[in-house]
Amino acid sequence: MLTVDTEGPGTGTAGSKPAGRSGRRYAPPGGWLPYVLIAPAVLAIVGILGYALVRNLLISFQAFGRRQLISHTTEWTGFDNYRRVLEDERFWASLTRTFVFMAANVVLIMVLGTLIGLLLNRLAKPMRLTLSIALVAAWAMPVIATTTVFRWLFDTQFGVANWVMRTLGFSGYEQHNWFSSGFSTLTIVTVLIVWASVPFVALNLYAGLTTISGEIYEAARMDGASGPRIFWSITAPIMRPFFLITTFLEIIWVFKAFTQIYALNAGGPNRESETLPVMAYIEGMMQNQYGVAAAISVLTLVILLVALSFYFRLILKQEKEPQS
Amino acid sequence: MTATDKAVAQAPAARHPVAARDAAASVRARRTKRLGRFGLNSVALALTVLFLFPVYWMFSTSLKSNSQVLVKDPVFFFTPTFEHYSTATGVDLFWTYVRNSLVVTLAAVLLALLVALAAGFAIARLHFRGRRGMVLVVMMAQMAPWEILIIVMYLNARDAQALNSLVTLIVIYFVMALPFTIWTLRGFIAAVPKELEEAALIDGCTRTQAFFRIIFPLLAPGLMATSLFGFIMAWNEYAMVLVLNKAPEMATLPLWLTQFQTNFGNDWGATMAASSLFTVPVLIVFILLQRRVTGGLSAGAVKG
Repeated sequence: MLTVDTEGPGTGTAGSKPAGRSGRRYAPPGGWLPYVLIAPAVLAIVGILGYALVRNLLISFQAFGRRQLISHTTEWTGFDNYRRVLEDERFWASLTRTFVFMAANVVLIMVLGTLIGLLLNRLAKPMRLTLSIALVAAWAMPVIATTTVFRWLFDTQFGVANWVMRTLGFSGYEQHNWFSSGFSTLTIVTVLIVWASVPFVALNLYAGLTTISGEIYEAARMDGASGPRIFWSITAPIMRPFFLITTFLEIIWVFKAFTQIYALNAGGPNRESETLPVMAYIEGMMQNQYGVAAAISVLTLVILLVALSFYFRLILKQEKEPQS
Repeated sequence: MTATDKAVAQAPAARHPVAARDAAASVRARRTKRLGRFGLNSVALALTVLFLFPVYWMFSTSLKSNSQVLVKDPVFFFTPTFEHYSTATGVDLFWTYVRNSLVVTLAAVLLALLVALAAGFAIARLHFRGRRGMVLVVMMAQMAPWEILIIVMYLNARDAQALNSLVTLIVIYFVMALPFTIWTLRGFIAAVPKELEEAALIDGCTRTQAFFRIIFPLLAPGLMATSLFGFIMAWNEYAMVLVLNKAPEMATLPLWLTQFQTNFGNDWGATMAASSLFTVPVLIVFILLQRRVTGGLSAGAVKG
């Protein structure tokens, strides 16, 4: 997103020198007009989002339970909430789970998305259109509808997943409960998220590939380059910004996934499929431990930022290496 | 989010149909090519089935009678019935949910368009101190992890005595949609040639007139596309409404979908009918938008 520029040259910086005589009348540099125009947007973002972030931080240093909620009192307790969270084994289990879950999802999404994108580029028109329609349909499905449908697909009694397993000859799928453990619940969430996210990567990669001139490929092929070689030496470098930004976005999206996990099995069984956002929600809304929940969400944000900064450092390091 | 992200990495060159200039392409090469194509097509077909199946299963379940839904071995051929649709829409307050969803979605999107138009214009066309800062704020806000802030949003709304209110939802969805809307509209505004505007100014228009007579009409397609994304976001939102609007008469359709599941136990037919009804508007919007989404607001202009 950082490098996106949907239009050509001159996004204001180049072109908006005050045009001579009429320049004075409207928006001279430093005039008030731009500020009036951006004021509502800034107010809205700062007032709602900014305030929420700040208050979240403040509450994480308060004892904030049901009693304080009703009596509207503020009790500062320093780092008590953090201490409590960090001493809780559940938090560490949840943290590990979140990272494994995120890594598995992002890798699967990027690899499968890329392969399908490349496939789209090589298909003849009718088949490409067919596959595109299927991808758009999956992409368009509202998250909450997808989650409901997946619950039904993996239903213990009448789910089609059990039927497929039986048909393929596996035993033990008469009444298999797919949600009997945290691991298998998160596996299904992974299938769900990958299914829903791959179309974004595949279709956008394909859209990008169509802008690469066919002559480059032809030249490479004449030089005797193999398929994988062409991918790593031509496609990947050209599409590099796309891969970097898409991976970045997928990390954020998967990390903060809430609806899919919560609506599928509410973090269960026994809170075994809780990731950090779900844990914050359950501590807050179910246990009325708002202070603890705030501490968890602050930690989650910090962890997300650290993870992303590692990602950026990785990219920068690669950037410095000589391009082959 | 989507529209801005996809514009990423579009190399400037337009695609040329690969000229079949190599007349010496031997029959052997052609034969292996045909075999390869067959393999690719079968993979593509399998993927099509895989990606379509959940969507197909949702619609087909919603059209089966209960005796065909609640079976161990699924039924693939059946005569459709609409009984589940009448169950789903016959629920108490169904029309209230529909109304709430429409009100919240439309109000949030219109508000976002209005505010974003002003901000987008300033960022795209005006020079001012703090412009870079503003761009940064918009980009950060676009990535805001709202899901992690559910609890504090609940507490804030509670303190403001704004729980169970459509206005609260409108405000939150508006802020959620705002960064993306600013970002996209900025692009559309910047794409309108500056000369058109300058010509209007020379002809005696004021800046305001120039905006409404020249830029605004040219923005129509952009406004359309942008608002549809906001619509999808607000229509699908689940976490906030789940926490903030517990009162049934203030709920929106995503809650109807899930409440339903628990209220009816395992009435999967009705649940799937509700999911289908909920999905259809989004599906239509997506199919209309698909070209814009992937073809790219940028690439679309050059592709012939």
